Amino acid sequence: MTNAIELHNITRTFGRSTALDGVTVSIPDGSICGLLGRNGAGKTTIMSIIAGQDRPTSGRVEVLGERPFENEAVLSRISFVRDNQRYPDNYRLHHVLRIAPDFAPNWNADVANELVDGFRIPARTPIKKFSRGQLSSVAIVLGLASRAPVTLLDEPYLGLDITARAMFHDVLLRDYSERPRTVLLSTHLIEESEALFDRVVIVDQGRIRADVASDATGELAFTLSGTTDAVDELSANQPVLRVHAVTGLKSVTIEGQADDALLERAEQLGARVGVASLPDLVVAFGAGTPDSSRPTTPSISQPAAQKGVRA
Amino acid sequence: MFTADSPIFQQLAAKITDDIVSGTYPEESAVPSATDFAVFYQMNPATASKGVNVLVDLGALYKKRGIGMFVATGARDLLLARRRDEFREQYLQPFLREAQVLHLSIDELHRMIDETKEDLT
Repeated sequence: MTNAIELHNITRTFGRSTALDGVTVSIPDGSICGLLGRNGAGKTTIMSIIAGQDRPTSGRVEVLGERPFENEAVLSRISFVRDNQRYPDNYRLHHVLRIAPDFAPNWNADVANELVDGFRIPARTPIKKFSRGQLSSVAIVLGLASRAPVTLLDEPYLGLDITARAMFHDVLLRDYSERPRTVLLSTHLIEESEALFDRVVIVDQGRIRADVASDATGELAFTLSGTTDAVDELSANQPVLRVHAVTGLKSVTIEGQADDALLERAEQLGARVGVASLPDLVVAFGAGTPDSSRPTTPSISQPAAQKGVRA
Repeated sequence: MFTADSPIFQQLAAKITDDIVSGTYPEESAVPSATDFAVFYQMNPATASKGVNVLVDLGALYKKRGIGMFVATGARDLLLARRRDEFREQYLQPFLREAQVLHLSIDELHRMIDETKEDLT
């Protein structure tokens, strides 16, 4: 299978802060891939670079085999709506729907209309007065109706009610079946969106922590819980990602897979070994203390650096 | 409806198996396509295909080119036999292990089963 998106050793710095640090990741053509990680992990920066709206400080990016930055041939095949997309002050919904096809050669008005009706997006209210959920709805309309070969959805669920989220999934899967495309979706609602993904990428502090097929996430880490003494003995010399403890009880998430010796000893000690779920993994990879060797959050004294670091 | 305990494609395969065994999809009847399953259960289309293909590989479902997916003749017996093997592994073995921990004899287990069955009917 060819890759729709390839990032090779991408680094992006903003002033003295490093938003992306040696990111290498490939998204296969036709994949619906989840981009997961904490706020500020680098998700939006990754998407901006894929969309050609930002350039890496170093490294190589290829989308559909070409470099996206100022490359019209590729940009017309990418759809990217930022989670904080701004619209001209006087714009209403119909202005957006009228101008969108100019940027999306595959624009499908039926898909747009179905979503606009389903989301109950107000027609007469200026977009600048929209609620967070209504703005998300507009972003989803643009993202899906564009039918772009590479569709980047940045936090599409923000503020969206549960009925709208279910409808978004429904239309995404139905339209994907009709027009397969590569979808990269960032979200914090992991439980709810997990089944949509055939692949997940977990990013933390500007680095890729996991990049696997969805049905292989269980092989990345396991959880261990029981009495503090039992868990301490079992987790000694293991790559512990996250510790969760109260007096006498402890639970840890450990990278890798539990071997037979560990399973046997856990049973003797009455500790429970479990598969780390996808939410467990994202929590665990995000639990590390900030790397002290470099600033990961821009300080107040660097206002210019604050821009693309949030994710 | 899907949990984190096992891969989603296996859970879909188990669900279709349930529906074949219970007669929801009789032999030689059509089952929904992988795409339909994907939209209905809101899962990735590739995951749904993988789930359906588990049953194709077992010989319980077969493809009619250009028409769709059908339940094979003999699929119900085939899947029932597999389910019985799984029953032994997933229920009987832990059941007997727990009985041992509780010092329950086989005779006592027989009696408990009979009593519980009476309560259920």
